[in-house]
Amino acid sequence: MLRFLVRRTLGAAAVLLLISAFTFFLFFSIPQDPALLACGKNCTADAVALIHRNLGLDDPVPLQYAAFMTGIVTGREFAAGPCPAPCFGYSFANDRPVFETLADRFPTTASLTVGGAVVFLAVGLGAGMIAAARRGTATDKVVSSVSLVLSSMQIYFLGPVVLGVLVYGTGLLPSPSYVPLTEDPAGWFTGLLIPWCVMAVIFTANYTRMARSTLIEQLQEDHVRTARAKGMPGRTVFFRYAWRGSLIPIVTIFGMDLGSLFGGAMITEFTFGLAGLGRLAVDSVIDIDLPMIMGVMLFSSALILLCNIVVDAAYALIDPRVRLDAGSSA
Amino acid sequence: MNAPAGAAGTPEPFLSVRDLRVRFSTEDGTVHAVDGLSFGLERGRTLGVVGESGSGKSVTALALMGLHDRRTASVTGEVLLDGHELTGAPEKKLERLRGNRVAMVFQDPLTALSPYHTVGRQIAEPFVRHTGASRRQGRLRAVEMLGRVGIPQPARRVDDYPHQFSGGMRQRVVIAMALVCNPSLLIADEPTTALDVTVQAQILDLLGDLRQEFGSAVVLITHDLGVVAGTADDVLVMYAGRAVERGPVREVLRDPQHPYTRGLLDSVPRLSSDPEEPLVPIPGAPPSLLVPHPADGSRAPDGGGPLRGCPFLPRCAFSGRVEGGDRCRTERPVLPAGRGAACHLTERQRRTAFAEEARPRPGRP
Ligand SMILES: Nc1ncnc2c1ncn2[C@@H]1O[C@H](COP(=O)(O)OP(=O)(O)OP(=O)(O)O)[C@@H](O)[C@H]1O
Ligand code: SF4
Ligand SMILES: [Mg+2]
Repeated sequence: MLRFLVRRTLGAAAVLLLISAFTFFLFFSIPQDPALLACGKNCTADAVALIHRNLGLDDPVPLQYAAFMTGIVTGREFAAGPCPAPCFGYSFANDRPVFETLADRFPTTASLTVGGAVVFLAVGLGAGMIAAARRGTATDKVVSSVSLVLSSMQIYFLGPVVLGVLVYGTGLLPSPSYVPLTEDPAGWFTGLLIPWCVMAVIFTANYTRMARSTLIEQLQEDHVRTARAKGMPGRTVFFRYAWRGSLIPIVTIFGMDLGSLFGGAMITEFTFGLAGLGRLAVDSVIDIDLPMIMGVMLFSSALILLCNIVVDAAYALIDPRVRLDAGSSA
Repeated sequence: MNAPAGAAGTPEPFLSVRDLRVRFSTEDGTVHAVDGLSFGLERGRTLGVVGESGSGKSVTALALMGLHDRRTASVTGEVLLDGHELTGAPEKKLERLRGNRVAMVFQDPLTALSPYHTVGRQIAEPFVRHTGASRRQGRLRAVEMLGRVGIPQPARRVDDYPHQFSGGMRQRVVIAMALVCNPSLLIADEPTTALDVTVQAQILDLLGDLRQEFGSAVVLITHDLGVVAGTADDVLVMYAGRAVERGPVREVLRDPQHPYTRGLLDSVPRLSSDPEEPLVPIPGAPPSLLVPHPADGSRAPDGGGPLRGCPFLPRCAFSGRVEGGDRCRTERPVLPAGRGAACHLTERQRRTAFAEEARPRPGRP
């Protein structure tokens, strides 16, 4: 396990290095002078030249890249202000180091993503289990048809509808907002409840159908029949054997969904006006805030890579046949 | 034998199966997989059940265990185990018997064990459940059972997972799991088919030894007559979901009474036979057991199997010798109690027929 983690962390670092280099050099091909942006409204040619010198924009690109990379470890000093390590550059549009903004926005996105995932995993897998346990009955058919309808929903359609009905129409729920968990747990929960549920809806149906079908498949497995032949009660057979066998495909799909999960979180932020990383990404693209775009990109790539490592490690915990340290794959 | 005498004075065998029928409803119609099967088995004896693929052996085994899915399978008839009625018994009662009084060894040891749990846990599980032992005791018992079935270093291997064992060793684990509660009836469904020949012999020896040690009755399902010859006391020959012949192993193998049994024997090598003599497979294929739904959408009338007369008729070389012309086609032959065959041929007709048509040779029409 330890060797696996070390290997995968090094691999992830290499991937991030590539991404950073790629984006860095890509931005220099954009016909837009960052100094102009940094300069602001009442800009003079002299000021631009000054900023150029200040930011090292006249240096060769590889040299600037090296400065950027060292800055992550050591921190940098900009004319506009200090940028302590880890310095991912300085956003002139926001007039503060990129990393500070990222650190500000991250908890919103994390709360949204984790909470949404908890909701759709609980509801989706739960409904799938019920449908599988009662396969062929009316319950099964209701669950399956509801999940079919829900799977065609879209956040940007459902979000405003829910807002209109539950918040502005009836006032049943408070309008979505983000309050840090540490400040006000109850406010955090109620503020995010609607975004969680709306975001979960599009994923839930998928997980219901998948849990149902893999469970039904697993229930036909020989070893599940063996468990019944041993006299184990239905509940034990279902959870200890059939459910256990369903975890691998579910975790696999979850791992593949991580990307769209972050994507879903970003759309959700936008729909409900929450200030998270998704919002930040969109704003910084509109402002052509290059350091910020790059920061958001690196940061979210790192997050997804980290989650993938966690998912792969989970395989080994679920299935004893998976040996992480052996072989050169992954 | 030591069978307990029934109240009326008639000896009730330890396991008694009467008119067992298993039907599956499928999209196309009803499959009559087992169609009126009856047999008895005493404690400490081994019954070999043979028949071609699809003859209903596994379906019978699952019916004895009460393992058929109640949603799709209808099981009727009587299965009495030591006086307990099993068909239609509530699931709770079956759970108490399964793995405890009745246990099963499955065909494929590679898939019969859960890959997610250690062999020790899987062996201990029914023991803990049925005897109320603690987990610790269960583990000790698992080690003991692993030793009994001949797994070296059982105390070390108890915490291994099934994928760390070879096929033969896994089948030993499955057997250990089946015997952990000292069941009085063991059903083994082709326990050696998936294994190497050398390993097959070891597993059969092991089953024989354990049967002696535990005194269990064994139903040994196989399509290998050699296995039956070496291990069973009695044999039941199945064809198209029915029993067509039954009797002590030696008698049935030496002097088969049913044309199907005779065909089976001709299709396997025998030590006594001339090695030059070619093996003759039975021509043709078993009949379909499916009764399609009537075209008008109504359910098929209950009870009627797919076949009216003798299911073996299309493949039988002797039906012409039966007196009364059409009987093989119109009248279902019954299997008499005790030694006998479900065939319309009389004893004399059979003897002359089998003698004259010594062995059908390839090349002959
Ligand atoms: N769940 C089921 N639904 C429908 N038909 C079934 C089902 N299980 C078995 N059958 C049918 O019942 C018949 C008997 O099957 P069974 O598995 O008992 O044969 P078998 O004698 O064990 O053969 P084999 O030697 O291949 O194991 C077959 O025609 C099979 O297709
Ligand atoms: S009953 Fe007739 S068809 Fe059936 S096995 Fe006997 S002789 Fe052959
Ligand atoms: Mg079978």
